[in-house]
Amino acid sequence: MRTLNRTQIQRFSGIILSLLFLMPLGGRTIYVGETQVVKSIKAGIQTAKPGDTVLVEGGLYKEGNLIINKSIALIGKNQPVLDGENQYEIITLSGKNICVSGFKFLNSGASAMNDFASIKCIDATSVLVSDNIIVNAYFAIHISNTIDAQVKNNIIEGHSKSEQNTGNGIHLWKCNHAMIVGNQISGHRDGIYFEFVTESQIQNNYSTKNIRYGLHFMFSHNDFYSHNDFKNNGAGVAVMYSHNVQMENNTFEDNWGASAYGILLKDISDSKIQANYFIRNTVGIHMEGSSRMVVEKNKFQDNGWALKVQASCNDNQFQFNNFTGNTFDVATNGTMMLNTFTSNYWDKYEGYDLNKDSYGDIPYHPVSMYAMIVEENPVCLILLRSILISILDKAEKAIPSITPENLVDEKPKMIPNRI
Amino acid sequence: MIEVQSLHKRFKKTIALNEISASFQKGQVVSLIGPNGSGKTTLIKCILGMVKPDEGQILLEGKNILSDDQYRSRIGYMPQIGRYPDHMKVGQIFKLLKNLRNHTKSVVDEELIQTYGLDSISDKSMRTLSGGTRQKVSAAIAFLFSPEILILDEPTAGLDPLASELLKEKIQKEKNNDKLILITSHILSDLDDLTTHVLYLQEGNIEFSGDMGNLRKITGEQKFEKAIAELMKAKGN
Amino acid sequence: MFKLSKYILYDIIRNKVILAYTGFLLLVSLLLFNLEENSSKAILSLLNIQLITIPLISMIFSTIHYYNSYEFIEMLLAQPISRTKVLFCEYLSTGISLVLALLIGMGIPVLLYSSGETGFTLILTGIGLTLACTSLAYWAAVKSRDKARGIGIVLLLWFYFALIYDGIVMMLLFTFSDYPLEKFTLVLTAFNPIDLARVSIMLKMDVSALMGYTGALYKDFFGSSTGIFFTGGIMLLWILLPLYLAMRSFGKKDL
Repeated sequence: MRTLNRTQIQRFSGIILSLLFLMPLGGRTIYVGETQVVKSIKAGIQTAKPGDTVLVEGGLYKEGNLIINKSIALIGKNQPVLDGENQYEIITLSGKNICVSGFKFLNSGASAMNDFASIKCIDATSVLVSDNIIVNAYFAIHISNTIDAQVKNNIIEGHSKSEQNTGNGIHLWKCNHAMIVGNQISGHRDGIYFEFVTESQIQNNYSTKNIRYGLHFMFSHNDFYSHNDFKNNGAGVAVMYSHNVQMENNTFEDNWGASAYGILLKDISDSKIQANYFIRNTVGIHMEGSSRMVVEKNKFQDNGWALKVQASCNDNQFQFNNFTGNTFDVATNGTMMLNTFTSNYWDKYEGYDLNKDSYGDIPYHPVSMYAMIVEENPVCLILLRSILISILDKAEKAIPSITPENLVDEKPKMIPNRI
Repeated sequence: MIEVQSLHKRFKKTIALNEISASFQKGQVVSLIGPNGSGKTTLIKCILGMVKPDEGQILLEGKNILSDDQYRSRIGYMPQIGRYPDHMKVGQIFKLLKNLRNHTKSVVDEELIQTYGLDSISDKSMRTLSGGTRQKVSAAIAFLFSPEILILDEPTAGLDPLASELLKEKIQKEKNNDKLILITSHILSDLDDLTTHVLYLQEGNIEFSGDMGNLRKITGEQKFEKAIAELMKAKGN
Repeated sequence: MFKLSKYILYDIIRNKVILAYTGFLLLVSLLLFNLEENSSKAILSLLNIQLITIPLISMIFSTIHYYNSYEFIEMLLAQPISRTKVLFCEYLSTGISLVLALLIGMGIPVLLYSSGETGFTLILTGIGLTLACTSLAYWAAVKSRDKARGIGIVLLLWFYFALIYDGIVMMLLFTFSDYPLEKFTLVLTAFNPIDLARVSIMLKMDVSALMGYTGALYKDFFGSSTGIFFTGGIMLLWILLPLYLAMRSFGKKDL
């Protein structure tokens, strides 16, 4: 959303200039275009030597599969179009110090066997893929076994409606020190896919309307993602089987569906979820098998369930969060609770603060009886807001019987935490 | 004018009207008398179409009254107890009825409104009126459209003697205008001078039906009150 | 005919109960909007009031009004006017006065503080609920000659629709939890006007939750235009059917 507002030309010209300065000094520039001596990109790449720049002028190029395996910069001027004619992988690159920037990729081929991508990067070091527009790809950007991959300011647009017919927008496998910054991804299977990716960052991306996850994260440790906006993805964001992941200042919104989550956390440990904004998700955070997490200073607003904490979670800390307008604040599937809730603001809290220390004097139990009932028998959702339910909830509050007694915020805040 | 033909009505187990037949003509003042629960009010309500008989029928000039509601435009009715919406004003009630009756077609007779002085309290709401004044309103409503048939259910019950006297004068006047007037009453002396015919009901059966001359002849009493008492005595034995 | 309604309405809107009801709704609505930190929470509390108070007041007031008007109705029936017309006018005036009370007491505050889709739905379903409950009350009142009995029946009806019915639904859902009951629950809501109102508002207020496991079906159904027609149609049926039965029974009965 943030990046959408800027005009492309402004952005591109600025970045291209900085790229030119970054490239190794002394390189030549090979011009490719209809009016130039070199007419085809393939020929341009062939003549280029490490350190050279291949500058492609605007126009339509149908050259099948381009292979880059030397340290060159392939740069499009006026957004030249590379058409894969629905059968080719457009660029395949490997090596080090390679840059692909400023192109529009159309119709790269789809193949379930080969994971065709618009830009595929294998076994590389220091790769920059920036300012491209990728439309109607199977995989858009596919990076594997690469160190220091930078994927910046690309616009990726898929048109597929089903999970089988498309790959991921930005797909990373077995990488480290990657930077995924300022991209817009929509209409793919997963917007951003991380598997075995470590020491990497995901920032300022906007991932929306992807068929499965906006961000899919597995076996990827020591990563950091912040200021991203994940909106209206089929199943929200999944972070699984990882440890030491920092998630900060992201927005998770409008992820609606039977199994859609702001974030699905599965087997995550020693990670931090801080200052994120969860709004209008079916489930804000769904947590299972996770431990030693700190969830703090997040805003949960108008979600179906702000938190679903399964009994398999322990030693997690939920503090200084604000819960407002959620249908259910917390749900759980067991009666044991080994997590700590403290100093959160709950808009459903009805206590008082006689000693004026800004904390309510009586503890708050965020799991309602009805939340337990719905957990057990989801069809009962039809009784939501029924007077019967209000009475049951009130009765349960007075004499707790089925809600977990130790799931309690001992120090609920009277006014929202400042975030 | 009104022909009651073998009317039969039962409420659950009690028989309210048992094969009643009678006929009422213009210029008659008919007294419906009988002890409580004898079927007087039921008969009146049948004529007004409020109670539907199980068997038999009522004809108004040869036409079954249940065939349409318009026949009631020829009837003025004064109920035993008049209760009106609390916040409706006296004037509004008359206005409402004029609207309902489409009064442009018929002559409006506001004599009782004037004699009872109801026009001066037309801005008062019904809630503030005494029971007697409400009865006056009821009486005025019954006569308002100078109907051919007047049905008065215990008309003098709640009225003070003066108002009662005025009402009787009005009834007399309408009698002279050749109207049919049906009155139920248990205050016998009230009806003395007016009654031309008597219908005496007991437990749903007609025990006596005929004109005053006839009644006097049978009972040998000149005064109406005594004649009725005589009749009751005779039936009691 | 509408003239008669006009006169009756003139009387009812001066009724202390109606004035108190309007005042109560107005006071509570304004208080809620001013005290709660956000308007959606106020709407939520208003919903609870709506589901309890509107049916209760509508039903009791209509019943008592009917019995209190009995003699007046008799007087009207001595005029050349049909029974169904008289009863319909009484119904219309009662319904309109209760709806007016709702519009002033709840509609104006909602318009001032939270004039979104949820607020609009709240008022609209409130109107439907008022008219449906008035219909039910008229039916019950016409059916029973005795005032105490009539009020008793109406109280039971309220208790049933507001509370017992949901209890029965919950019991059914747990008893038959092994079967797919999603569609069945949709049918169940149709048999209770209070549930119907509740579900309509819930669909505006708790979309996120409803998009969950079973919710998607509800959302697909109620959120679609057929669903809106279905909800509206069933609510209309709840208004018209008891009214029709009341008028039919009133046409036949002995007064």
